[in-house]
Amino acid sequence: MNLDPVLLDRIQAGFTFAFHIIFPSFTIGLSAYVATLALMWIATGEERFHRLAFFWTKIFAVSFAMGVVSGVVLSYQFGTNWSRFSVVTGNVLGPLLGYEVLAAFFLEATFLGIMLFGWGRVPAWLQALSAVIVAFGTLLSAFWILSANSWMQTPAGHEIRDGIAYPADWIAIVFNPSFPYRFAHMVTAAYLTTAMVVLAVGARHVAAGRRIAEGRTMLRMAIGMLAVLAPLQLLLGDQHGLNTLAHQPVKIAAIEAHWDGSKPGKLVLFAWPDARSETNRYELAIPNAGSLILTHGLNGLFPGLTSVGAADRPPLLPVFFAFRIMVGIGFLMIAIAYVGLWLWWRRRLFETRWFLWLAAQTWWLGFVAVISGWIVTETGRQPWAVTGILRTTDATSPVGAPSVAVSLLLFILVYGIVFSMGIYYINRLIARGAEGRAAEPPPAGTPMRPLASVADAGREILGSQPQP
Amino acid sequence: MEWYLPVIWAAVIGIAVAMYVILDGFDLGIGLLFPFAKSERERDQMMNSVAPFWDGNETWLVLGGVGLFVVFPRAYAIIMPAFYLPVILMLLGLVFRGVAFEFRWIALSSKPVWNLGFTAGSAIAGFCQGLILGGLIQGIKVENGAFAGSAFDWATPFSVLCGFGVLAGYALLGATWLVLKTEGAVAERARAHAKLLLVAVLAFMAVVSLWTPLAFERIAARWFSFPNILFLWPVPLVTALVALAAWRWLEAGRELLPFVAAIALFLLGYLGLVISSFPYLVPPALTVWQTAAPPASQIFMLLGTVALLPLVLAYVVFVYWIFRGKVREGEGYH
Repeated sequence: MNLDPVLLDRIQAGFTFAFHIIFPSFTIGLSAYVATLALMWIATGEERFHRLAFFWTKIFAVSFAMGVVSGVVLSYQFGTNWSRFSVVTGNVLGPLLGYEVLAAFFLEATFLGIMLFGWGRVPAWLQALSAVIVAFGTLLSAFWILSANSWMQTPAGHEIRDGIAYPADWIAIVFNPSFPYRFAHMVTAAYLTTAMVVLAVGARHVAAGRRIAEGRTMLRMAIGMLAVLAPLQLLLGDQHGLNTLAHQPVKIAAIEAHWDGSKPGKLVLFAWPDARSETNRYELAIPNAGSLILTHGLNGLFPGLTSVGAADRPPLLPVFFAFRIMVGIGFLMIAIAYVGLWLWWRRRLFETRWFLWLAAQTWWLGFVAVISGWIVTETGRQPWAVTGILRTTDATSPVGAPSVAVSLLLFILVYGIVFSMGIYYINRLIARGAEGRAAEPPPAGTPMRPLASVADAGREILGSQPQP
Repeated sequence: MEWYLPVIWAAVIGIAVAMYVILDGFDLGIGLLFPFAKSERERDQMMNSVAPFWDGNETWLVLGGVGLFVVFPRAYAIIMPAFYLPVILMLLGLVFRGVAFEFRWIALSSKPVWNLGFTAGSAIAGFCQGLILGGLIQGIKVENGAFAGSAFDWATPFSVLCGFGVLAGYALLGATWLVLKTEGAVAERARAHAKLLLVAVLAFMAVVSLWTPLAFERIAARWFSFPNILFLWPVPLVTALVALAAWRWLEAGRELLPFVAAIALFLLGYLGLVISSFPYLVPPALTVWQTAAPPASQIFMLLGTVALLPLVLAYVVFVYWIFRGKVREGEGYH
């Protein structure tokens, strides 16, 4: 048996990163949602906001824990599996990750304790403030990690000596060319992902006739969020694409399955890009529309795949198809948002059964879009680990294939068990709904008060059987 | 500057590792003591005593790992591949341990699974940390600035001994934490466990202290050469005095002091290891200076650390203060 360690390293990296990204893309938005609910509860004193904040906090806790444990793995994987990458890029990327830990991780992790366990022990304003701090921490974390990731895509502000990157200009490194676009695109994606889940949970509550006030609140908040962010995401994605064309033209050529740069680009709706014959099979395309999108001119030219040798092209199929899945979901979200908005305007939102049914089923759209987008950008970067500086095949550790094979199998086994259970438990929490007695408003200034009332509320929720 | 920066950084990372070992040490120790609880209510009580803190505590491990990557990328790139399997197993253990905190509350029929996951995850993580520690003390085979050994170089009787030693130490921290934070049967049992564990920890410390100078010449030279020995002889003496005090405080029914003493024992053991190995970061091949990032990277990170680390410490203290006092049965947000 002859296993290729680089391939195993790549599968393991892809697997562990893809698993991790699911949770932050949910918790970035969810922490902001819980913070919003907690603030609205304080502002209005309305019980539904409090009940919703409590309900979503429990779901947040489970998701966040899975995000944390799968994230710790990643901070060590740079060394265990990608040690040559660490040596080449450590001088530049290391500090970005260091700032993520110092500025963001500690903030999130520490105030998470108050956010989750402060009920009854701290005043309501401090509880709400902790939720705001956690939400802010997740954004800071995204800032630094996307800065690091963007530097791998579009490195800047460094100089290479003896094959190793040295920092020259930190501002240029942190704010490298693709970073602002990637950051805006990813954070918006996280909020959209959360909004789709909130929409689905709200729709289930309304459709089942349970906790109608809370269900309607969730539906309205989610539709409002989607109506603003889904079209905005289309615009941000377009801008991000233009930025990629400027800095990583081969990735755009792979996305568009555009082979010949001497001709205007088509908008390929469907095809099977064939790397061997360097053509598209079964192509369905709109002539010149690709050029229109990317160059804002019908006859504009942009580089094709044949502008570089086959060894410098990314794998075509994942990039090409993942991009179409992502964009398709983006349009679907816009459609759902505006149908919902129209029904809301016509005062039929809570009675239109087919829409509630549809909204209840589509909770997963954001997650698939995020993973697809991630496949587009990371696979599209290949064959480079860091564009123009380090090839993926030169980035791995001197660890033998058997060790990596063992660890990969363990990751698949453990993640398979842990995360399928986690998703099952989250689903159970959602199925129970925003039921039970919400916690009593904590009297200020009695931090040592026992949490009996909250615990009882929790027991009441947990003790009740999931309802059909 | 080129000389001082790596030393400052070694100190910062050393503090991060010490913080991790102490803070996550008592969390992991509670995982180890979990099977001795008599009922789910007792287990709830034990888990609640650390539930608000565990995530923050584990973040020190991330800081240690990332700190190494930031400041000593060449050491990071050697140590991680050298301990590939123990590092991966430790991370997977932490996965089980971490999710058990949340899953255990939601699980109905599968609750025992997550009780076991909590204990097994804690045990695997702690044991692997001991293996890595032992492996580091033994040294790593390095050629041309890269790891040149094989996958199981770390697997020796000495590293296994260190694995069990770390488990005993974590369990002692956990037991004394329970003495401090809980009441009733859980606290009483923890007090009894703490005495046994104190003896075990001292035994492990003694064996490691004898084994390392006998097996590794550089460590013997460090401790027993003149004039080093003049400065170093109080270290074992102070350790013995602290252990004696810990025993007395446990006997006398004190609540805070045994935990303080357990921390002091850990720090003394840690100090001993630092004395044995400094300035080698990858013994016996590479020092902190040979593996350091360029000054520009170190300074950029140091500015942030000087500003942010005190802030981090301040809110960590704040959260411990918010959740001060005893945990009672039935507390929790769930």
